[in-house]
Amino acid sequence: MTASTQSISLAARPRWWRRIWNGLAILFASKTAVVGLIIVLFWVTAAICAPLLTPYSPTAQDYRAQNSGPSAAHILGTDDLGRDIWSRLLYGARIVLIMLPVGEHVWLPLGTAIWGVLLGLLVGCTLGLVAGYLGGWIDEVVMRVLDAMMAFPVILLYMIIIAAVGASATNVVLAIAIVGTPGIARLVRGLTLDIRTRDYIRAAEIRGERKLYIMFVEILPNARGPIVIDAMLRVGYAIFAMGTLGFLGLGLPPPSPDWGSMVASGRRYILAGSPWAALWPSLAIASLVVGLNLLADGLREESMRYQ
Amino acid sequence: MIADHRPRVPILAVRDLAIVYATRQGDVPAVRGVSFDIQRGETLGIVGESGCGKSTVAFGIVNFLGANGRIVSGEILFQGQNLVGKSEGDLRKIRGDRIAMVYQDPMQALNPSMRLGDQMAEVLIVHRGMDRKAAEAKCIQMLERVYMPDAANVMKRYPHQISGGQQQRVVIAMALLNDPALLIMDEPTTALDVTVEAAVLDLIADLQRDFDTAIMYISHNLGVIARVADRVAVMYAGEMVERAAVADIFLRPSHPYTQGLMRCVPRLGQDKTSSYLYPIPGRVPSPQALPPGCIFEPRCAFARRECGQRRPELREVAAGHWASCLFAEEIAEQGWKPPAPAEKAPSPGASAFPPVGARRAADRPILKVEHMKTFYRVPSRRLFGGREYVRAVDDVSIEVRPGETLGIVGESGCGKSTLVKTIIGLETPTAGTVEFMGIDIAQPVSRRSLDILKNLQMVFQNPDSTLNPSFSVGAQIGRALRRFRKLPGREVRAEVIRLLDLMKLGERYYDRLPRQLSGGEKQRVGIARAIAGRPEVVLCDEPVSALDVSVQAAVLNLLLEIQQQMGTTMVFIAHDLSVVRFFCDTIAVMYLGQIVEIGPAEAIYMPPYHPYTEALLSAVPIPDPRVEQARIRLSGTVPSALNPPAGCRFHTRCPRKLGAICETQTPPWQVAATGQRIFCHIPLAELSRMASVITLKEAPHAG
Repeated sequence: MTASTQSISLAARPRWWRRIWNGLAILFASKTAVVGLIIVLFWVTAAICAPLLTPYSPTAQDYRAQNSGPSAAHILGTDDLGRDIWSRLLYGARIVLIMLPVGEHVWLPLGTAIWGVLLGLLVGCTLGLVAGYLGGWIDEVVMRVLDAMMAFPVILLYMIIIAAVGASATNVVLAIAIVGTPGIARLVRGLTLDIRTRDYIRAAEIRGERKLYIMFVEILPNARGPIVIDAMLRVGYAIFAMGTLGFLGLGLPPPSPDWGSMVASGRRYILAGSPWAALWPSLAIASLVVGLNLLADGLREESMRYQ
Repeated sequence: MIADHRPRVPILAVRDLAIVYATRQGDVPAVRGVSFDIQRGETLGIVGESGCGKSTVAFGIVNFLGANGRIVSGEILFQGQNLVGKSEGDLRKIRGDRIAMVYQDPMQALNPSMRLGDQMAEVLIVHRGMDRKAAEAKCIQMLERVYMPDAANVMKRYPHQISGGQQQRVVIAMALLNDPALLIMDEPTTALDVTVEAAVLDLIADLQRDFDTAIMYISHNLGVIARVADRVAVMYAGEMVERAAVADIFLRPSHPYTQGLMRCVPRLGQDKTSSYLYPIPGRVPSPQALPPGCIFEPRCAFARRECGQRRPELREVAAGHWASCLFAEEIAEQGWKPPAPAEKAPSPGASAFPPVGARRAADRPILKVEHMKTFYRVPSRRLFGGREYVRAVDDVSIEVRPGETLGIVGESGCGKSTLVKTIIGLETPTAGTVEFMGIDIAQPVSRRSLDILKNLQMVFQNPDSTLNPSFSVGAQIGRALRRFRKLPGREVRAEVIRLLDLMKLGERYYDRLPRQLSGGEKQRVGIARAIAGRPEVVLCDEPVSALDVSVQAAVLNLLLEIQQQMGTTMVFIAHDLSVVRFFCDTIAVMYLGQIVEIGPAEAIYMPPYHPYTEALLSAVPIPDPRVEQARIRLSGTVPSALNPPAGCRFHTRCPRKLGAICETQTPPWQVAATGQRIFCHIPLAELSRMASVITLKEAPHAG
């Protein structure tokens, strides 16, 4: 028995390595994906190392330097309350990418945008699998409800949801999830419709497997490629949506460093001669969204090419 | 053929052709050192298993190698001019419209959004500058030439409105419109049913006689090659290993690989009790890791020390007979002797499954299907029509006794797959009963008890979709074991390995993912998964039809071994009549949802025949040029199962139709002396007077 256990671990490890290695090979084969990865990694490291990269607190105000441009003391300048823009950007990136504030002092790892997409994936995949695999009237009901949701303009849907439940990080997660669900469900349903015709699904059926097992164990793992790429794009859209909500005053309550609300408050001073407070957070949003899109596009192209 | 006084300049001469494909892992030498000639009016058959480079040669000739393929050396002389290294424009000038190509899938060659007449006429209008009227007249003439019924009408139709066989005729007609000097056909009949295939092959033979075109015919099917080719070239792993006249290839194969291919295919008339298939061991080497000596040496039964050291050249071993084997003369002379019976001894895994001889004695059928109907509901095309039904299986009764193998043959759309799907529970019967081990199982699979599920399992057709790509081989077989055998977790692994050994795969396959397996290996894992719960009955839906012949033989042997060791009852679907004849004890022939003839295997292949069986047998390609088959070709196409013909369903195409009785009355079941039952109006006495369809004629030239 020991011999066979050993052979499992020996056989399993190289395969695990090979899988990662194959993934990286695909990634590095695409220049687009590498550029995207660099941008995304820049923001992730910046968010993780925020306290090391700036001496200022994102909420500390400096009344002597309001709306100042980039200088040695404040590399990206300060906003109208004299807060350091660089540190606000870094701490803002934390909320987007690496931590989710759920209470006064309670934080969850992974950022708001990522939680929103994950929650959307959970609900969307389930609905898509159920609709696609079971079909019939269940499919009709689920898909028509989701169609109705998709009929709303996205911004309007966000505003309705936040207006109804109030502005907080958890509610932004909820909004991102609700808005993302129909699209994810549609994608997963399409993949399921294809995968369910394969013979290995027939084999599972004649083994008498439960429907849940077939959906989540036999079908879902084979749909993972397109779902992962779609999810990356969705994180980008979610960051965009967070920016929009913040800009409209529906994001995180002040004084939290929220990129969207930073743009909104800096906007007033653009014509007054200090565009910095609006420019930097706009660039931050744009670069992160573009980075995620490049990464997803590069991966998609490269993985399709060698199929 | 009349003696030709002109100097024989070959239409196509290929010299030392080498083609590589660039991939992420570097250049793959797909074709190396291939040489051959094709003369005017001659058909050269190129035969080989998948991946041997036969299509690459064809694409090289027409310069369709794609972005990553290129010719690295050699010459392609078309009517004396070299095509290699010429620019696209020069090529067009030399080649002009003198080379035409016909592919496997006619739908790829026809534009689905254009009328057939328009796309055919376009060829003439563009290339010949003909005016529309003349072009259309010529097209109709050509369609009639390829025996297209109602040619003028077909011109107005779209590709999807005609059947696959007719589409292929249109493609062939289109290829011939410009009167090409060379016609390249890449598996043109592989996607077609056997009766349609036979008609297309007849057509090719007729056209070659009339047009005097040189034809390069690529196929993996030895039977097809035997029927159409004058000369045959055998390819293996990117090289040409043997080249000779068709009779020499089949009667005096001089390369061990060619001999191996011949042994892999069951001849019509062989069965499992009297003969055995000898698969070629091992697998085709990857082009990047070729053996240092002879490329076939690792798999060759004759291999000696020299074979591993130097690579043999293609050399003339007899007049007009070329082979690349160091010992070709010897091999051709002595032929191949089957290995000692030790090879047939049960494999190490055998002890796991004690033979269940006692069950065989029981005479009660283990599986009994009575008057079963399976209809699919489709929405009517009429506005207020309600619903219509596709009568996929219509009143079928079969019985299978323990340990027996029932074969079901028929062309696509005859309902054989639906029959099996209904038995296994993936479809629910509309009427009739299905009894399994004395229990009524006419219900969907989700309502069956675990005991029924365990004892009734299935092997699927398509090796690429039979395994879940996300899980390892061990995990997939283990899952079936856990479901059906309730083994404790630690024993599952040992049992999976025992099953893998039984499949001749071994423990090293345990952790592999399906994409790391070849087609044959995937199919073996599929079989292992099906027999993991030691089922009483295994339904096999064309388990070998997607496999290469050498692999097919190995999988068939494996199924036979399992059956002998476990006493498993099998229902075996196939469209290949020689495979069914080899493998099955009882055979049912299906046509349009009904069984037309059923009986012991040997009786089905002898008169009396049902007229449909007779037509099938006359169409099946046999890999032996000495065999003479009666030429019985069915007219028309299979009627729609939505609205099947009244009376005998076969009457619309039957060459032996009696008259009105066939159109109005359901035929009776007649029991022949040889044991089969025939569903036909023609009196048994008359059916018994039929001549045998397949006869062996003497070789045209002895030796």
